[in-house]
Amino acid sequence: MRIVVDLNRCQGYAQCVYLAHEVFRLNGQEALTYEPNPDDERRLQVERAAVACPVQAIVIDRVDGAERGETS
Amino acid sequence: MTLRATVAELVREFRASGRIVIVGASLAGLRAAETLRDEGFTGSLTIIGDEPYEPYDRPPLSKQVLKGWVPADHTKLPRMREVDADWRLGVAATGLDRATKQVRLANGELIPYDRLLIATGTRARQWPNPAEAALHGVHTIRSRDDAAQLQKELAEPPSRVLVIGAGFIGSEVASVCRELGIPVTVVERGAAPLVGALGGVIGEIAAQLQRDHGVDLRCGLGVSSLEGDPGGHVRRAHLSDGSAVDADVVVASLGSIRNVEWLEGSGLAAGFWGVGCDAGGRAFDINGVVTDSVYVAGDVARAPHVLYEYQFLAMEHWDNAVLGAETAAHNMVNLEPHYRPHLLLPGFWSGQFGVNIKSVGVPPFGDEIAFTQGSVAERRFAAAYGRRGRIVAAVTFDHGKWLEYYGKLIEQSGPFPPPPPGWDQPPDMKPMPAEFPDPRVPTAIPDVVLTGHAPSERTAEFRPRRH
Ligand SMILES: Cc1cc2nc3c(=O)[nH]c(=O)nc-3n(C[C@H](O)[C@H](O)[C@H](O)COP(=O)(O)OP(=O)(O)OC[C@H]3O[C@@H](n4cnc5c(N)ncnc54)[C@H](O)[C@@H]3O)c2cc1C
Ligand code: SF4
Repeated sequence: MRIVVDLNRCQGYAQCVYLAHEVFRLNGQEALTYEPNPDDERRLQVERAAVACPVQAIVIDRVDGAERGETS
Repeated sequence: MTLRATVAELVREFRASGRIVIVGASLAGLRAAETLRDEGFTGSLTIIGDEPYEPYDRPPLSKQVLKGWVPADHTKLPRMREVDADWRLGVAATGLDRATKQVRLANGELIPYDRLLIATGTRARQWPNPAEAALHGVHTIRSRDDAAQLQKELAEPPSRVLVIGAGFIGSEVASVCRELGIPVTVVERGAAPLVGALGGVIGEIAAQLQRDHGVDLRCGLGVSSLEGDPGGHVRRAHLSDGSAVDADVVVASLGSIRNVEWLEGSGLAAGFWGVGCDAGGRAFDINGVVTDSVYVAGDVARAPHVLYEYQFLAMEHWDNAVLGAETAAHNMVNLEPHYRPHLLLPGFWSGQFGVNIKSVGVPPFGDEIAFTQGSVAERRFAAAYGRRGRIVAAVTFDHGKWLEYYGKLIEQSGPFPPPPPGWDQPPDMKPMPAEFPDPRVPTAIPDVVLTGHAPSERTAEFRPRRH
């Protein structure tokens, strides 16, 4: 699956880290880093994190994979 | 049929069966495509990108990817919806003919459009000496391939990394090196890191941050040449003060170049600072007249901003690409009075040395700065930038939660120094000079640039008055 965190919005509340620590990590006090394309098994965890994020900064794909005609 | 009904019918027809071409298949290109479909555009959509990859996100490249936590091919952008486009990846657009409304591709093909979106972004400025730039171990970082290659070399690990240029990306690379335990030297021509983007006062704090983390930081110096071994691998750099640094990986982080060359001869207001456009993303032609069929978004766009005295802003920021693309796409399938302006309050983040640095507004527009919250000694603080008694920007170090407070004040042209936020106030909020370098002095090029009032660098054709 694919995700992106809008780090302009993210305020480092770390809810996501708590709910999916394999995917989200804090580097220091509030600099969030994350795995943008986590394994599909983590989807439920990541969806929970997205819902819990107080500023709704986590964006999850709604379409699987690439489309026809793309070369990669 | 009334004129109004005819126009409405034309819009309906264009949405149903018009042809839209997007050049640039990255953040802005993808978000524009998704917005077009969201807005009910069902005509043909072609997306042209010179990279062989589907759209991916760049900010992680200089952070989690370099560190080796996330593989470089893991930053594919999420898809918000099907875009049902004809993707032409791995082929560059090489020309634009506005008379016949066609985009020329590197393979000779001509792609016709009714409306065009230019989203070709920027590329990394290469080390200026081509022979030295070609040495093994010399890198720039913009693409997925760049990041993959550099990550591989950092993993070896090198005996020392040399970073040339201490803007955001250079500083992030230095930070990753320290996290990996690799010795790193940073050479910066300006007085301090981040000085172009945030000024000398904050630059001094960033410098101390680097030194505390063991970076060998050398400011006010340039690299004059790179030296390779007989096998063609970089081994040493010579600096402008006559000293030398031994390093087997060199990262040139010298700012970026806007991808506008393919627009040569198109008659658009395209130049060094990007493609001039109005606040709705409609491109200007070379005479400063707005076009009806060509739009611009993302790093390559340059538009006047109401909050900054209508100066043209060129912004290399993630949210500018997203929101600019959404605005342009909306305007591409609507007519007046339904146009939307792209009135973004610029914002940026950077993670380095364990500190979350964020800014809002346009710091270099200000000439004064005041620390308004937290503690500089603890590197947890907020500072506001002002110009003529007005707040124009703010920066936070590990104080991101407060950015919104400052953002609101900036939007409302609030006073500078700003009213005390009422929490975590430092003892002294006295304004002082922000110490931005003279824009004419070559130094780390900031990624938000005030580019003056003129929509085109080229000379317009002036005609004598006839009436
Ligand atoms: C390493 C790195 C770290 C960053 N970190 C941050 C950060 O922390 N915070 C932040 O706010 N921003 C950050 N940015 C900036 C952010 O990534 C950009 O603002 C964003 O990518 C701009 O998107 P864009 O679509 O306008 O341009 P780009 O992402 O540059 O995409 C343009 C695309 O067009 C393609 N192209 C160019 N010319 C042609 C042509 N003639 N024909 C076809 N295709 C062409 C290019 O190859 C590219 O794929 C970072 C950028 C980099 C490189
Ligand atoms: S929960 Fe949201 S705000 Fe908090 S760290 Fe995660 S993304 Fe950021």
